[in-house]
Amino acid sequence: MAELSVKHLLGIKYLNEADIDLIFETADHFKEVINRSIKKVPSLRDITIANIFFENSTRTKLSFELAEKRLSADVINFSAGQSSVKKGETLIDTVNNILSMKVDMVVMRHPNPGAGIFLSKHVNASIVNAGDGAHEHPTQALLDSYSIREKLGDVAGKKVVIVGDILHSRVALSNIFALKLQGAEVKVCGPHTLIPKHIETLGVEVENNLLKALNWCDVANMLRIQNERMEISYFPTTREYTQQYGLNKKILDSLDKEIVVMHPGPINRGVEITSDVADSKQSIILNQVENGVAIRMAVIYLLASKIK
Amino acid sequence: MSQKVLLSSKEINIILHRLACQLLENHTDFKDTALIGMQPRGIFLADRLKKILIEEYGVKKIDLGFLDITFYRDDFRRSDKPLEASSTNMDFLVENKKVVLIDDVLYTGRSIRAALTAIQSFGRPAEIELLVLIDRRFSRHLPIQPNYRGRQVDAINEEKVKVHWIENEGEDTIYLVNK
Repeated sequence: MAELSVKHLLGIKYLNEADIDLIFETADHFKEVINRSIKKVPSLRDITIANIFFENSTRTKLSFELAEKRLSADVINFSAGQSSVKKGETLIDTVNNILSMKVDMVVMRHPNPGAGIFLSKHVNASIVNAGDGAHEHPTQALLDSYSIREKLGDVAGKKVVIVGDILHSRVALSNIFALKLQGAEVKVCGPHTLIPKHIETLGVEVENNLLKALNWCDVANMLRIQNERMEISYFPTTREYTQQYGLNKKILDSLDKEIVVMHPGPINRGVEITSDVADSKQSIILNQVENGVAIRMAVIYLLASKIK
Repeated sequence: MSQKVLLSSKEINIILHRLACQLLENHTDFKDTALIGMQPRGIFLADRLKKILIEEYGVKKIDLGFLDITFYRDDFRRSDKPLEASSTNMDFLVENKKVVLIDDVLYTGRSIRAALTAIQSFGRPAEIELLVLIDRRFSRHLPIQPNYRGRQVDAINEEKVKVHWIENEGEDTIYLVNK
């Protein structure tokens, strides 16, 4: 059997197509496991994993922890808010202290882009990036593609539009890398101010009109406005943003075809997406969450098999 | 590499019928029994036995599942080659059932150990039996013996028993291969 070409999961950028196929095939098996009445396998009994979160998270943290526990790994959790980081400890010191407790793998979320890459060069453990600033969020992109593949049969050839705050979104960047690698067509849609300059160099098209983008696509991935990363105003008011770029049932029903609606969460209901769309049968938002556990089990299992 | 034929298609056929009859003797109508073929190689044998029992001995219904034990193996991170998973296909619970684990070759017994753990994810069986086509004597690492065996062979560790099935390799033959 093939194995992953990488020792860490730092970003989709460092993966190849065969890696993604392998992760998806392995996730298929784990999805069957987590739908059994006993949802646990003993594979990682001798592996210890530290979840280090320097930034808030609900879904990702729970999903990683559940994935680790379903593989029978020992798990320790660390949130920066309640730690010595506040006392001035550096990232490498913090992580090395955790590693000296014999930890094999570190799942890290950090507000600074590249934090995972930096760490992988300085500490001796497998690193999984659970989101680094506005850079990458690889497991989210993997579970998004996996959910598209599950719903539509394949990712190759599908038209996907990513709508919203592309500028501050690690989900958008990882999704672009993952979708392009698998042969999907990708457009990004949002106000000019929230689309990074030169994004076309990644092989995506920019469309500022939501209705045109939706009429073109098979899948719409609606992103949240990341107010916490905005130091200036990128649009006049939230109300105006919603009028221009919010997805509601009326727009959805006006399209010629039934598109698939995704959202990485957390949802701001009534801003980027209305409740009736988020809860409609075209939405696969909760499937994404379920698949997240299977995908993270696959990633951890495959990386752990490389720890000697 | 040299190989010799251990069992021909005709011999395999006779053995399969004998094994089916032995199962029939203990399980009669298979109402409370589940046959479980172990992935990846035991599923052909399990399929064949089910077919013989239904078509030739008039058994009406048999629960047949396929079990993959990859995530339950004890050599994770210890084997040189990465472990490849196959699919598990069990659409029933084994709670209070008589389970017959089915595999083609019994060698060290480690796969069976893993299967005994894996099966617990599907309930608490009333009892578990083991059926194998080839039992390699003197090579066990664990105290595990089959309840039903097709043929017992003495093979040294350098030799490998290869089971070919019509469904997969286009012939029913068992070879002893000298690596």
